[in-house]
Amino acid sequence: MPLIELKHVVGGYGGAPILNGVNMAIEASDIGVIVGPNGAGKSTTLKAIFGLLRVTGGTIDFGGENIANSLPDKLVPKGLSFVPQEKNVFTSMTVEENLEMGAFTRSDDFRPTMDWVYGMFPVLAEKRRQPAGELSGGQRQMVAMGRALMSKPKLLMLDEPSAGLSPRYVIEIFETIVRVNKEGVGILMVEQNARQALAFASKGFVLAQGQNRFTGTGPELIADPEVAKSFLGG
Amino acid sequence: MDELIFFINRVLISGTVLGSIYALGAVGVTLIFGILRFAHFAHGDMMTMGAFVAFVLAAALTAMGIVTPLPMGFVVLPLAMIITAVLALGLDKGFYAPLRERGARPVTLLIASIGVTLMIQGLTRLIFGSGTRTFFESESKDIFRIDMSWAGGSRPISITEPQIIMFVVTALIVVALHLFLTRSRLGKAMRAMADNAALAQVSGINTALVVRVTWVIAGALACVAGTMLALDVALMPDLAFNIVLPIFAAAIVGGLGHAYGAIVGGFLIAFAETMAVFNWTAVLRPLNGILPEGMALPANLAVVPTEYKLTVAFVILVITLLVRPTGIFKGAST
Repeated sequence: MPLIELKHVVGGYGGAPILNGVNMAIEASDIGVIVGPNGAGKSTTLKAIFGLLRVTGGTIDFGGENIANSLPDKLVPKGLSFVPQEKNVFTSMTVEENLEMGAFTRSDDFRPTMDWVYGMFPVLAEKRRQPAGELSGGQRQMVAMGRALMSKPKLLMLDEPSAGLSPRYVIEIFETIVRVNKEGVGILMVEQNARQALAFASKGFVLAQGQNRFTGTGPELIADPEVAKSFLGG
Repeated sequence: MDELIFFINRVLISGTVLGSIYALGAVGVTLIFGILRFAHFAHGDMMTMGAFVAFVLAAALTAMGIVTPLPMGFVVLPLAMIITAVLALGLDKGFYAPLRERGARPVTLLIASIGVTLMIQGLTRLIFGSGTRTFFESESKDIFRIDMSWAGGSRPISITEPQIIMFVVTALIVVALHLFLTRSRLGKAMRAMADNAALAQVSGINTALVVRVTWVIAGALACVAGTMLALDVALMPDLAFNIVLPIFAAAIVGGLGHAYGAIVGGFLIAFAETMAVFNWTAVLRPLNGILPEGMALPANLAVVPTEYKLTVAFVILVITLLVRPTGIFKGAST
């Protein structure tokens, strides 16, 4: 049974639906990457899963139940976590406080998880008492990922984690995502750097106009001439 | 020496009293703004409401023949804070929460809070009449006079018992608030939500709980501020409505959404007001001796007459908005 399965998901912000039947299935061992042109509903798909917009049709199965239209404070304890694209850190709070907020729904001792996050991003351990707003873009992205990992998610969703980062940080963030996945966390991410992200994706989804256009492993999609021509810029 | 004593009595002590009241009111305004993004205009009336709750409790205890060593207004304060916090939660549930659920914009909530202001004032007048009351009908204010003759002063520094307790209570509340915001999980969640409400929601923070806690704190502090104001002056239905503007000025000057800023802003505005209406001739009188023949200090050297005290808050507010729109501490500018 997949970790999460979207069946014919329809949804939007109240007007005309943006998602017109999205299908997706992700295993715990998967790195799923959603690519597609602007306005295809990539970020919208993640937001629909996370209850940030209305799902009016279809089902989202996670852990054996339909979680469509559940709110984040119910989803986070179930093992879902989301890193938004922008404004994804609490700028006035320290790095450590940001991580603590990620563990808000937990009542057990989260120190081990925090040590695990610091182990993954040693630079954050050095800056733990600094306000997150003072960090560089790449370091902020690490804080944002760290915050999302503090709830010990089964599925981590990231909205364009490489947006606005220098190439050096893009590679570092992608490497970290692969590392997190190896530790048993399923990944579902939207990426603008499509080629680079599909290269390590075990599942790739090309969306257009709120629907699946192509599905396959990342390398398969890169090799598909039609996908390459229409969606990966030749 | 007498001049210094006069200055301490008139500026330092009065300024601290007023500053405590402004600070506690402004903290509530700034917390509500930080979490719910609207200017809660009815905050002054929440203070008045808290003062009347304390008054009723104090009167009830006095009628039961209970005599306490401390002023009754302070003895009943913890219970009055709880009741006012519950009333504040009720205000939110009855008026603001339904509007928020319909996606009302901040300006709608602001106007709703003006309605709440009128309603609370009307209800208070209906129940208690429009007259002035005092907490000290059956007990007197103890006045401590610190003899300053050892320093060559002919007059004492005088401070009343309620004033001393006010300083202690304010200091305790500021420390408690600091510990809550920096040490407790909920306090941190409150700061997180004020910082970035969308991300707080995404993190799984129970935002409805944070909203409730905000009203509880704002209500409890409003009760303390209102009761202190009533103890210092007198109790009347428009007691705190008259100071809601300097309280907003304090919150904005401190940086909206920033609790420490509101405390600093409160004391800043209070001292500015107190010093502006202070008659400086009283302190500068010794200069008369060294001034040339025929020149003397005027009898009244106050910057503004007492009636214009309120303008001081506005002058500071306007300067802040021109020079540093986000306030002393970097707060929200919207």
